[in-house]
Amino acid sequence: MDKIVLDHVSFVYNPGTPFEKKALDDVSLSIEANCITGVIGHTGSGKSTMMMLLNGLSAPSSGKVFLDGYDINSSFKDVFPEWLKKPEYATMRKSAAKKAIKAEVAKRKKTLCFRVGLVMQYPEYQLFEETVYKDIAYGPKNMGLSEEEIKERVYEAIRFSGLDESILQKSPFDLSGGQKRRVAIAGVIAMRPEVLVLDEPAAGLDPRGREQIFREICRYQKATSSTVIMVSHSMEDMAEYCQNMIVLAHSRLIAQGSCNEVFSNVSLLEGTGLDIPQITQLTRLLKQSGLELPEDVYTVDRAVELLKDLYQSKKGTV
Amino acid sequence: MKSIAFGQYYPADSPVHKIDPRAKVILTILYIVCTFLCKNVLAFAALLLSAILLTSLSKIPLRMILRSLRPLIVILTFTSLINVFMTKGEHLLTPNWQIPFWGGHVWHIKIYEEGLWNALFMILRIVVLLIGTSVLLSYTTTPIALTDALERLMKPLKLIRVPVHDIAMMTTIALRFIPTLMEETQRIMNAQKARGADFTSGGLIRRAKSLLPVLIPLLVSAFNRAYELAAAMECRCYHGGKEKTKMKILHLRFGDVLAVLLIVAFGVGIVFLNRFGFYYTMK
Ligand SMILES: Nc1ncnc2c1ncn2[C@@H]1O[C@H](COP(=O)(O)OP(=O)(O)O)[C@@H](O)[C@H]1O
Ligand SMILES: [Mg+2]
Repeated sequence: MDKIVLDHVSFVYNPGTPFEKKALDDVSLSIEANCITGVIGHTGSGKSTMMMLLNGLSAPSSGKVFLDGYDINSSFKDVFPEWLKKPEYATMRKSAAKKAIKAEVAKRKKTLCFRVGLVMQYPEYQLFEETVYKDIAYGPKNMGLSEEEIKERVYEAIRFSGLDESILQKSPFDLSGGQKRRVAIAGVIAMRPEVLVLDEPAAGLDPRGREQIFREICRYQKATSSTVIMVSHSMEDMAEYCQNMIVLAHSRLIAQGSCNEVFSNVSLLEGTGLDIPQITQLTRLLKQSGLELPEDVYTVDRAVELLKDLYQSKKGTV
Repeated sequence: MKSIAFGQYYPADSPVHKIDPRAKVILTILYIVCTFLCKNVLAFAALLLSAILLTSLSKIPLRMILRSLRPLIVILTFTSLINVFMTKGEHLLTPNWQIPFWGGHVWHIKIYEEGLWNALFMILRIVVLLIGTSVLLSYTTTPIALTDALERLMKPLKLIRVPVHDIAMMTTIALRFIPTLMEETQRIMNAQKARGADFTSGGLIRRAKSLLPVLIPLLVSAFNRAYELAAAMECRCYHGGKEKTKMKILHLRFGDVLAVLLIVAFGVGIVFLNRFGFYYTMK
């Protein structure tokens, strides 16, 4: 099922000024529910811009963004005639229905950012409270939850982020870069969003930190079976952790689909400055030179496994 | 660096953009003097003409200039009303405008022809002043070039121990970081909005409070940036202006000198026009 659909979406920064810049150009795509979708593209290809459209932070210059089939930027006027036919409003008097629909549209607008949780690029800059606990509690508090509920969510979020609970009473400004990043992500997870959007969650971290963060995101997705969208410019990471991929280049959509579909069409990636993972290139070359290897090897672990098997079986025959 | 819209600088390829920033500072001062020299209809007509000419030379869209005039409307209305009602002259236009008050008192409204002229001249003067300074400086000169020019022009003040270089350096850095900080503010606001922050509803106190999640990270990052910049400058052995050479050396060209001469000639022309007794001459 499609959780999010973009329909001919374009976005222009500073329209009508000499600084006008088209950051998204007629992008149409759909994002499947309950899996991890990777958005990949070079710096400046419009990834961050696209992410800000998903939770209504900015509205597209043209085109529509649907969440569960509802156009998130629709106004009361857009939906009124349509919704009036719905069974729950059809029985009401017209003025009462009008009021109810108005309230519903406003509510959807307000709760959108809680339903689609966005972790921005370099989110550690958003920390501001005295303690980590209070900072993670900021989102749930804005949702108007009770203290009890907030507490439960903060502890749940800190567990997902792989940090120790003792950190909750520290000041967020005393943490290391990687810890800050996790606290910021926990602050969004604590809102229990249906869709979690992470803009370059591993940017600027060391390889070990990168791997840990990606592992935790996978773990989170499996545990909550929510929809996760993450942005990266590394094909290697995407191939390893994502089920689906979206490739952007120069503000346009280049490819979308499962990792297999995208990587099997290497020619699409040409000219985007992106490439299939090195390990895939290697195994494909080995296959060309006669080894029995599949086309869809995206991780080093898998390649090692396959080569080991191959080695063992060869040794058996000799 | 990303070229985001900052301040009012409008990039274009025009003769006004090309004038040396030092010359532009002098031109602006002279132009302001010219607006104050104007005394009669002819002089103001010439002044208006010069403003139009300047604008078209600079290739700045008219609507941008008109937009920058919008905030002036209140001041302009206010000053012109004061001028209309307060100026006393010889030609009374409203001999029998009276407003009766209770108790037999009557208030005479006296509007003199001189008051109308004064109001018109005042409006023209302020509008041209703004157009002149914005076209000559803010729209066509980058802030960095401007501080550079000011440093050069203020050089003689070094003799009386004014730290000209440090002032210029501080201004340059401040100007350089305004767009960065604006971008950062936007980013942090977005990040907090994504966590459900609401900056627009509630009373004054609640709204001020809702800005804390933006202000604190902004201050933290501003301080961090300042420390980093200071460290980076020290690493490159920056120690004030002594013996520092410039990468971009400003050269006065013939055109710059010509522009200054032209504006001086314009000023002389205005003084000349002032001598004709045409309709009305301001005191
Ligand atoms: N606030 C902004 N104002 C103007 N242009 C912007 C702004 N943010 C991004 N851009 C421009 O839009 C394009 C896409 O940016 P972005 O979505 O941040 O790319 P990515 O996240 O893929 O690196 C870039 O060319 C960038 O310069
Ligand atoms: Mg980005």
